[in-house]
Amino acid sequence: MPPVTSLPAFKGTDRYIASAELQGAVNVAVTLGRPLLIRGEPGTGKTLLAKAVAEALQLDLLTWHVKSTAKAQDGLYVYDTVQRLNDSRFGEGDVRDIKRYIKHGPLGQAFARPTRSVVLIDEIDKADPEFPNDLLHELDAMAFDVIETGEQIAAKQRPIVIISSNADKELPDAFLRRCVFHYIAFPDERQMAEIVRVHHPKLEAKVLSQCLVKFYWLRELPEIRKRPSTSELVDWISALVHAGLDPAKLDKELPFLGVLLKKEGDLQTAKHFIAQKRW
Amino acid sequence: MFTEFYYFLRRHGLRPSTQEWMGLLEAVHLGLAHESMAGFYELCRCLLVKKESQFDLFDQCFAAYFRGAEAPTRLKDELSEWLKHAKLPRELSAEERAALQALSLDELRQKFLERMEEQKERHDGGSKWIGTGGSSPFGHSGTHPTGIRVGGDSRSKSAMQVAEERRFRGLRSDVTLDTRQLTLALKSLRQLTRGEGPQELSLEDSIAATAKNAGDIELVWRPTRKNTVKLLLLMDVGGSMTVHSRLCDQLFSAAHSLNHFKEFRSYAFHNCPYDDLYDSHHPSESIATLDVLKEVDSSWHLLIVGDAMMNPYELTAPGGAINYYQHNAEAGIVWLQRLRERLPRSAWLNPEPPQAWRMTTSVQIVQKIFPTMFQLSIDGLRDAISSLKKV
Repeated sequence: MPPVTSLPAFKGTDRYIASAELQGAVNVAVTLGRPLLIRGEPGTGKTLLAKAVAEALQLDLLTWHVKSTAKAQDGLYVYDTVQRLNDSRFGEGDVRDIKRYIKHGPLGQAFARPTRSVVLIDEIDKADPEFPNDLLHELDAMAFDVIETGEQIAAKQRPIVIISSNADKELPDAFLRRCVFHYIAFPDERQMAEIVRVHHPKLEAKVLSQCLVKFYWLRELPEIRKRPSTSELVDWISALVHAGLDPAKLDKELPFLGVLLKKEGDLQTAKHFIAQKRW
Repeated sequence: MFTEFYYFLRRHGLRPSTQEWMGLLEAVHLGLAHESMAGFYELCRCLLVKKESQFDLFDQCFAAYFRGAEAPTRLKDELSEWLKHAKLPRELSAEERAALQALSLDELRQKFLERMEEQKERHDGGSKWIGTGGSSPFGHSGTHPTGIRVGGDSRSKSAMQVAEERRFRGLRSDVTLDTRQLTLALKSLRQLTRGEGPQELSLEDSIAATAKNAGDIELVWRPTRKNTVKLLLLMDVGGSMTVHSRLCDQLFSAAHSLNHFKEFRSYAFHNCPYDDLYDSHHPSESIATLDVLKEVDSSWHLLIVGDAMMNPYELTAPGGAINYYQHNAEAGIVWLQRLRERLPRSAWLNPEPPQAWRMTTSVQIVQKIFPTMFQLSIDGLRDAISSLKKV
């Protein structure tokens, strides 16, 4: 197993506010050299975390966007047989050199690099339920064999692997056992205020707290089906700022509600409650 | 002491593996707990618990093991009863909050125990006694910057007792239904066949054909394997179903996101399907039930989701539709029979528990037409699907 040389601790970045628990989980994963599995509601910044880690530790980021058709092998390497078959027919290049037809995927590239990098396996739950199990060995050993050439690709510097998954999907146990796990809880009002500050540094404190009160009020209405997330809040505040909002108005109405609520039914429900002044 | 904690966790239903436990020991050895209890708590959680649905159980175990079990039991006996009936919190002024800020955790805990000794009765509001809705540092739904919360929802979310705060109670799997499980259950509804449709390159056949062709490339294509199951989903919306709307949404999104059926259609109805069905997303757009029935045939599967709880005349009488403007010329049961006859592969999913079915006349009428009624739960869905496969 390749050694883990020590890295500075991750503390979030200017643009990415990480809770103390999240910072802890990142540092545990980096130190133990295990993959970090991040779950949480949509819009809690799972994907952005990898970018922030790469930025804070000054490493390159390789992203593997998992799709429903993805196979574990795609992340390691793909043997382009069709190209080779084609070249053998039309005689371009040296067909005997199989290496030329081995194309590394994001994990493969990270292993082959001389320097350490951050690999993000984004939305792993989108693939087949068995997908994570197919990566167990490679993530454990940080190495794989290219069967066609008999070559072994082993990581020179153990990459930091961050895996994101949607909150409502479950992953196989054998896979979970190998990961460090962190659940990004939906930010509470205090954390949310910090996050919004990053995007709107000039916003008045009073306006911000008013927006947050309304936002959490909406989120906690049990009738709302698709609850607004962080990114929607940030967009909503942008819209309010852009329109030159009058803070006093927020008490009586909620403008640009469509930015927060994306379902017709939710909009109707919210309007109904607002009309009844139940807040 | 560590090993004992491991077995303590296992006894209480958490099953960390030896591998995970060794990982924890290694991490502690490397100093990742930062020699603090909070650090150790976080470390244990991120290495031993891999599902947020188990966080709550872990919090309880951790608190019980490292604090001794006395406090939680006492809370249960003496406080829980009246804390259940919480009063709404009052807002604190900034000054009040600042005045309360100064208490340290140990002082707090000490005071809490003292006060529990003194206090003999229920208390709501106010600023000293343990109770609900007040600004005393103890109690629940209250506002205190460093308070100890005793059950209930946290309003200010700044209580220092992380583990006892039980922030993850809402994520327990016995409370929330899991879309993945729904998806997996639905996924078992499949018949894979190589039919028409997009083609994929068959590598083995291409190589064999090319070799036979003396090296001249011959590409062989074959159709991809496809699920041939067609599913029609009808959902009761509004009225008594509103409380189940999130559950129904999950089922819908599981079926929809699966992207797995050859054809998938879903419509909504109110209480009972009559002449018209509604678009699931745009309730104002309707489609004639007969048109839907024309488009499907007996190869389709039908799942109806509804509590089937209504006034019996909504099923038995023409014009019984609960919606005044929707005058149905034929009774609801006629439509239900029509659906059942057209689509023998059908099952009814009822979000209400089976105990409640027996007590409702309308459910029994529906069950006569749809004997395949199951509870809308993971197990119920599995049973429903296996019943569909038998037809």
